[in-house]
Amino acid sequence: MLRGSRSLMVGVGYLFVTSFGCAPAPDEAREAREAHEANNAKTPIRAVGERSLVVYSGRSESLVGPMLETLERETGIRIEVRYGGTSELAATILEEGENSPADLFLSQDAAALGALSGEGRLRVLPQELLEAVPSRFRSNRGDWVGLSGRARTLVYEPSRISAGDLPRSLEAIGSDKYRGRFGVAPTNGSFQAHMAVYRAVNGAEALETLLESFSMNNPQAFPKNSAIVEGVIAGEIDFGLVNHYYLWRALQEDPSVTALNYFIPEGEASGFVNVAGVGVLSETPEALEVVAYLLSKAAQGYFAHETYEYPLVESVAPSVDLPPLSEIRSPDVDFAQVSAVFEETLEAIDRSGLIR
Amino acid sequence: MLGAIATALAVNVPLAYIFVRAAGAGWPRYAEVVFSQQTLALLARTLLLVGGVLCLAVPLSVTLAWLVTRTDLPGRRVWAVVASLPLVFPSYVAAFAWVSIWGPKGFVQKALAPLGIEILPSWAYGYSGAWLVLALFTYPYVYLLVVAGLRKMDPSTEEAARSLGRSPWAVFFSAVLPQLKRPLYAGSLLMALYTLSDFGAVSIVRYKTFTLSIYNAYRGLFDRSVAASLATVLVVITVALIVLESWLSSRLPPSQVRPSRPPERLALGRWRWPATLAVVLLAMVNLMAPLAVVVHWAVKAWRLGNPIGVAGEAALHSLGVAVLAAVAAVALSLPVSIWAMRHGGWLARLTLGMTYSGYALPGLVIALSLVFFATRLVPPLYQTVLLLVVAYVVRFLPEAVSATRASLGALAPIFEEAAKSLGRGSWSVLRTITLPLIRPGLLAGAGLVFLTTMKELPATLILRPTGFETLATRVWTATSEGVYSQAALPALALVGTSAIPVYFLIVRPVLSEHSR
Repeated sequence: MLRGSRSLMVGVGYLFVTSFGCAPAPDEAREAREAHEANNAKTPIRAVGERSLVVYSGRSESLVGPMLETLERETGIRIEVRYGGTSELAATILEEGENSPADLFLSQDAAALGALSGEGRLRVLPQELLEAVPSRFRSNRGDWVGLSGRARTLVYEPSRISAGDLPRSLEAIGSDKYRGRFGVAPTNGSFQAHMAVYRAVNGAEALETLLESFSMNNPQAFPKNSAIVEGVIAGEIDFGLVNHYYLWRALQEDPSVTALNYFIPEGEASGFVNVAGVGVLSETPEALEVVAYLLSKAAQGYFAHETYEYPLVESVAPSVDLPPLSEIRSPDVDFAQVSAVFEETLEAIDRSGLIR
Repeated sequence: MLGAIATALAVNVPLAYIFVRAAGAGWPRYAEVVFSQQTLALLARTLLLVGGVLCLAVPLSVTLAWLVTRTDLPGRRVWAVVASLPLVFPSYVAAFAWVSIWGPKGFVQKALAPLGIEILPSWAYGYSGAWLVLALFTYPYVYLLVVAGLRKMDPSTEEAARSLGRSPWAVFFSAVLPQLKRPLYAGSLLMALYTLSDFGAVSIVRYKTFTLSIYNAYRGLFDRSVAASLATVLVVITVALIVLESWLSSRLPPSQVRPSRPPERLALGRWRWPATLAVVLLAMVNLMAPLAVVVHWAVKAWRLGNPIGVAGEAALHSLGVAVLAAVAAVALSLPVSIWAMRHGGWLARLTLGMTYSGYALPGLVIALSLVFFATRLVPPLYQTVLLLVVAYVVRFLPEAVSATRASLGALAPIFEEAAKSLGRGSWSVLRTITLPLIRPGLLAGAGLVFLTTMKELPATLILRPTGFETLATRVWTATSEGVYSQAALPALALVGTSAIPVYFLIVRPVLSEHSR
């Protein structure tokens, strides 16, 4: 028995040697090389004069990739970007703890930044960087700052419903006259974030009532925002709850589109501007340089022109015909609090029957 | 033996993490999360799905396997291969294709709308959606094992039953089915564990299971102990299933028979064409339809003049890590399996059972546990290919262990004993007798690990070296941005590169075994 198992060990060792040691296949050699490179990239000893940063980005490569390339050229800081889902990256940063290789975190929404802030993982930013954006678009604790805004709107088709007939608050959507005429995307992250904010502002019962009023009014459920906009354009529905920029993207594909955006004028948390932002995780001075760049005219203009979002620095105008950000209602909430009610919000959406 | 125990302990790292996290919240909070009505409801929903999937997949697998091995079904050799191919679709691609075909705004509804038919196919979502997608796309786990079982079965029992005047039905139930228990138990265990840990399908068709709930808890981010506490329940279910399977299997007589000759094929008669039609319809639903959706993406991209992004580098990365994971998993499955199968004892059985722990845990939990330990204990390994391969091994070792174990079980120890009695050392016996004889089983295990690694997403996204793209991450990036045209080529490459090794390592050996 003993002898048998010892030989087994040797056997396994042999397998390892044959499979890994001798003449690795080209693929394996490649992996090994890349693993090695990846390692080197993280060692603190850097070539003299080379400045580099690791950025975790919850915003997609097609959205921020080109801007980060410009940033590298302009600042001379080499950026290594790790793309992923915003919440997965935030969870990863939390598990990494003090050993996180990330210097910066670009987040798709404020809730993830709020969660990192809540666990004390973000570094307090200098006042001049924070003050570049209005106070409702940055952390109450001064440890993250918003970069671009995405307003929740109703997209509608004026030939089927006039602006005057549209609901003046989220609660009004439950009214009988809108029965079966509107669309929502209950599994979409922006809808969920909006509902979490609504809950943080108005309480759990108000959210239940709101979702039930939606659900009882026979809405069309869509998988995502862009599908709602397509539904409005195709005449399937008269209006739908979306982020403002989807209409501009649809217009870019087809300029003959006649649908319009409507910014809900009344109600607590009926209007909401979700914020994509940045937080700093390390003490590296370059990190602040990058934040400053992201708040510069060039970067803010990029968000305005390329993604049709609201630039949050007030001196930079949105590229398309949008009401000024200051006129859009959005509650001033603590996003750590929003993230604390996120799970319950998902459960409330689930229970409401909106999904099925 | 030490190797086996070390392996088993290493793959249980995520378990340690779950308990660290769950304990961090303290007992009252844990009890509040776990012993709540929501958790009970979640348990019911999850078990209902596992049960439903098995109830559909097992009869389906047995019927298909019986049709291709025991009847004169036209084109049975082709169908035997076709029936196993849905395995190559990652569950997120399968489910996405599923809802874009059958969903309320899918191709079918759109095609029927002008005819005034509104079938309101809301059944594409929710329980029915999760049930059908998981059953129709993962049944090959059971099917392949049953085909192998039928091929190895001595036909004399069924022929005796038939000559005694039993009807084909009675022959099947009294003489064939009882002999298939071993592959049915093993396959059902794999499918049940797969269903427990699946995220792709249940998230797309929106049916909340433990895994989806754990993901949501992480998305909420406010309290990671909730996710960990829920995961402990998943661990308990897994242990219960493994114990159940090993208890059921241990009561079966050893199956060492070798068929003396090929079985007589039953003439289907008037059932010939209905059976063919059923097999064709199935292949249309779980093979042609998802392929058509992916091709549709590609055509759309081409028409819009969008670049269809090259997938070459990502394909090399996918192949590279999948090969490494397959080789490592099979190598590590050997000490565990040989110890348990050749020497036995409670410690060996326990060690064997422990290697299954990673399989039922959601990929996200495994990935985050490795983040937790690697950044604290071995920082240089963090975000390297090596750690990524470790994650794959933790997740998929059970596939290799199942295959190795099954092939050792089918190999009578008599050859090894004879060699030993002739004075060969244990090491020499392993190298010259055991390994060559169980080679097909090892290759099949490697094929399975390779396949699931190619498709793996959550751990890959979190643990890959920065900038390291695989086919699965490319598909994810494109679909999460809603640019399906960008997903077409990586998805096709993923399915194509998975299909080749799956055919040569898994399907063909099973089908050619003892065939005429």
